[in-house]
Amino acid sequence: MATTFLSRRMLIGVLAALGLLAIVVLLSLGIGSDNAIGFAQVLAVLQGAGDDQARMTVLDLRVPRTIIGCFVGVALGSAGALLQSAARNPLAEPGLLGVSAGSATAVVISIALGASLDNLQVWIAIVGALLGCSVALGVARMSGLGDDPIRLVLAGAALSSMLAAVSSVILLTDQRTADEVRFWTIGAIAGRNLSSIRPAIPVLLLGLAVALLLARPLAALALGEKVASGLGQRPKLVRTGVMISVALLVGSATAMAGPIGFVGLVVPIAARAIVGPDIRRALIVAVLLGPSFVLLADVLSRIVARPTETPLGVISALIGAPILVLIVRSQRLPAL
Amino acid sequence: MSVSPPAALQTQNLVLGYQRTTIIDQLNASIPHGQVTAIIGPNGCGKSTLLAGLAKLHPAKQGHILLDGRDIARLSPREMAQSLALLPQDGVAPDGMTVADLVRFGRHPHTGLLRQWSKDDQQAVVEAIATADLSSMADRPLTTLSGGQRQRAWIAMALAQATPLLLLDEPTAALDLGHQIEVFELIRQLSAEGKTVVMVVHDLASACRYADHLIAMHNGSIIAAGQPKTIVTPELIHQLYGVHCHLIPDPISGTPVIVGVQRSIEHRA
Repeated sequence: MATTFLSRRMLIGVLAALGLLAIVVLLSLGIGSDNAIGFAQVLAVLQGAGDDQARMTVLDLRVPRTIIGCFVGVALGSAGALLQSAARNPLAEPGLLGVSAGSATAVVISIALGASLDNLQVWIAIVGALLGCSVALGVARMSGLGDDPIRLVLAGAALSSMLAAVSSVILLTDQRTADEVRFWTIGAIAGRNLSSIRPAIPVLLLGLAVALLLARPLAALALGEKVASGLGQRPKLVRTGVMISVALLVGSATAMAGPIGFVGLVVPIAARAIVGPDIRRALIVAVLLGPSFVLLADVLSRIVARPTETPLGVISALIGAPILVLIVRSQRLPAL
Repeated sequence: MSVSPPAALQTQNLVLGYQRTTIIDQLNASIPHGQVTAIIGPNGCGKSTLLAGLAKLHPAKQGHILLDGRDIARLSPREMAQSLALLPQDGVAPDGMTVADLVRFGRHPHTGLLRQWSKDDQQAVVEAIATADLSSMADRPLTTLSGGQRQRAWIAMALAQATPLLLLDEPTAALDLGHQIEVFELIRQLSAEGKTVVMVVHDLASACRYADHLIAMHNGSIIAAGQPKTIVTPELIHQLYGVHCHLIPDPISGTPVIVGVQRSIEHRA
């Protein structure tokens, strides 16, 4: 009998995720939208050598971009794992449920009111995410809606479209805001520098700490609400905690890179496939896999339409949407 | 006869319900220490609500519940879970979860951030699995078990909580006869080992046969409580379920068995 949750499967999962991350980080540092700076020059720069052009590309562009991608991946991967577990729904994902859209819309509104993307207050993105998250989890608990994974996603899609419409109206009527956030609203980690994302980092880490604390009670909640209460958990408190944690994580990720969908869908599903459904294991693996997914999508965003870059959010959707269709197809659909 | 044993759980003028509706009204119940108590009654009489209330899943609107003399309103969920294990009906095990995975959850009230998993916890899990006679299946996924084995695994989780009190909500619901007996015999064995068991049971003959003490409820009130042989009469059955019947003693256990049930239309109308 396995004695603790540190099973062999878990060890393999963690090592595989770390190995993948190492490879993807190398790709992210070595591949650009043109072939000008290759792996050899990147290595030279990292050892302190290299010409100015290479130093600038690697240290000022690719390194910050890779670091931001890691943060965003950690945030969205763990937020997705938490939401899916709390909503008992494999499709509950911050992007699909409108959490990211809530956060992004709040940011667009604040910029239209005079803020700037560079000195953006993270808490605006967090408040937006919190509103989106409370609507999503509220809907998830409605009878008839929450029981059905697909209808929950439909409700989330409705919320997202409504919020996107609000953003669009603002962007169409307000030229300054449109210029400021055009690339950001689709989701991108290119061109952001480390100093502009710095305020979001402590928020993200706080959200992650809350998520890790919630893993144990969430695992009990997976057995049923009454069972969890019988084991001494407080289901309402746990759900409130999930909402706060998801808002902190998605809010900080949105502030860093704009709304990026499907990371929170694909990453937890991959994590569960590796280490099983227990959220205590799946969350840790999702935290490690999230950066790989985001960086991989970002590397693709540099090469699919060379020499121009495709926004990261587009690539993420191109990978994630077919996976969503596969998941929905593999489940037995209710009769209409 | 003998002096009644001390109460492990006691309710005093207990009122339970949701927002505006009252389900249990001014209830005074006493759960005898070290015995198996079965709560019986028709659907909607408040059996499961009472059981949930005893485990503090619903706060009391009025009145008190005393656990070994202490008011449970003052106990935290964790303290409750250390003295009383509840097995509700809504349990769902995620795909792929093994018996040992499930039973380990029973140690939740005893472990946490500051108190990590120890040898004692492992010991409690191994013993609970052995008591439920599942040692050979500890690493099997629950989905590969029979209904009776699965229910015994859930009971093993409650046993791993290592509490003197065990509350079971319809532990044999949806089980066939053989699996029902499997579960009831485990419950008798636990009682013989000193546990106080409270269970909600639908089948009257099983309740009479496997319980030492019956609490018969109707419309949120107790209409009879005591030994099955003493309190179960055709009149009680009529009051509870609105049916006319005869009672004969079970040829093996001597406990009452219902025969010749006939629905009394005027009562139900």
